Amino acid sequence: MATMASNRALPAIQVDPTNKPYFDAAREGKLLIGLCKDTNKHFWYPRGCSPFTLSNNVEMVPAKGTGTIYTYTVMRTKEPYCVAYVELDEGVRIFTNIVDCDMDALKIGQKVKVVFKPTTGDSPPATMFTPA
Amino acid sequence: MSINGKAYIVGAYEHPTRKADNASVAQLHAEVAYGALQDAGLSHDDIDGYFCTGAAPGLGPLNMADYLGFTKLKHLDSSDVGGSSYVMHVGHAAEAIALGKCSIALITLAGRPRAEAMATGTSPRTWGANVPDDPFEMAYGRTVANAYALCAMRHMHEFGTTSEQLAWIKVAASHHAQWNEHAMLRKVVTVEDVINSPMVSDPLHRLDCCVISDGGGALIVTTPEIAKSLKRPLVKVKGAGEATKNQNAGYTDLTFSGARYSGPRAFEEAGVKPSDIQYASIYDSFTITVLMQLEDLGFCEKGQGGKFVSDGNLISGVGKLPFNTDGGGLCNNHPANRGGMTKVIEAVRQLRGEAHPKVQVPGCTLALAHGTGGLLGTRHGSATVVLERV
Repeated sequence: MATMASNRALPAIQVDPTNKPYFDAAREGKLLIGLCKDTNKHFWYPRGCSPFTLSNNVEMVPAKGTGTIYTYTVMRTKEPYCVAYVELDEGVRIFTNIVDCDMDALKIGQKVKVVFKPTTGDSPPATMFTPA
Repeated sequence: MSINGKAYIVGAYEHPTRKADNASVAQLHAEVAYGALQDAGLSHDDIDGYFCTGAAPGLGPLNMADYLGFTKLKHLDSSDVGGSSYVMHVGHAAEAIALGKCSIALITLAGRPRAEAMATGTSPRTWGANVPDDPFEMAYGRTVANAYALCAMRHMHEFGTTSEQLAWIKVAASHHAQWNEHAMLRKVVTVEDVINSPMVSDPLHRLDCCVISDGGGALIVTTPEIAKSLKRPLVKVKGAGEATKNQNAGYTDLTFSGARYSGPRAFEEAGVKPSDIQYASIYDSFTITVLMQLEDLGFCEKGQGGKFVSDGNLISGVGKLPFNTDGGGLCNNHPANRGGMTKVIEAVRQLRGEAHPKVQVPGCTLALAHGTGGLLGTRHGSATVVLERV
């Protein structure tokens, strides 16, 4: 059995001043992740403070855009879609969708790469992954 | 300082409705409050502490306190950790009573998602505006069902847990629900019934999911002195623990729940071990919720939950750990999409010897109630209480 992922309609993403750099980069096809400069540790999701120290000594830095599937599930709605956590090569696990693939053939541990998918109107794109 | 022995549950009432087409949410709060007062043998004017959550209409506890006609409240709490709130409120009420902040605390829950035709588990849900994680989750179709399914999938991968093992949790719940005249699903089901039911979000089938129901419940917590002056069996609050578990800044680990933290806190305060517990109310939004909480509470080793729940081990009179003898969220009800209240109520029934005779645990003197509220796969509240019949 094969269940192909569709390009389903995605809702708009609400941007705020603290995550705007992330979404500006996403519009250019670049994946950023948080870096706490107090501890030199990456974090996810992007925010205006360090989740390790609470200081605002943070920066959004480029990620390679590759990783592996930590876990996934296919939501068996009328238009099925695959929700997943992808573990980036940098170590953080991010909530996402796996797209442009046969969702029934996916496996935990599988290598994936980032792809950006348009959302509603002029809202920034969503950060998704597809088998590498 | 400990709350062990400082407070007792003297009133417990579960609303019999499962579909409240002709009631308001506020009216349901009033009905469960009245039921709990009747159960305790107390009256309206005795209440000096009030607890509810964001599921109650209005600003915190203010609008409900007004509707219910409370003018003498000395202690208020609307801490909201989803479905686990009501388990947590028992601990908070005990704290307030131990400190003398109030002497008779009422906790209420009510809701009517079924009458409102809410697609609780399968449509994207969020909680309020300006939620900082929403821009990183809502576009991806996060629902309650898939946020739990992500944990189930990882659990299967790491520990070899199977759909058949998860199904045993639903089978056990259905064995109990057959005796509950109010339960939504009273038919006894088999492992095959569960794994042959339609897939909702891999690997969770429809019968791995709890019901959507209206209704609610209420609890009354009071001082040892007042409890002993009433005519009801004595149910002591022996220990309570609470915690949050979340994505840990991106280093998220979906193989365990917040029960890993709240459980030991409650056991330590109570001075008991998991093996001492004779009856357990375990939050059952989904079968995987039960399995992970049982491991994290220490009823079995991490990863052994599948083996532990198999072959009827959770069925009263059959297995070693009778659970959710009212049928739980999987079969009985899940009022307002929040199951913590009914978890405490059934534990109180067991300790009083007032559960259905077919599911009553003989000589039940030590019980546990545990809740997980929010989403197992992103961020959730966790609350555990240990209760004792004295």
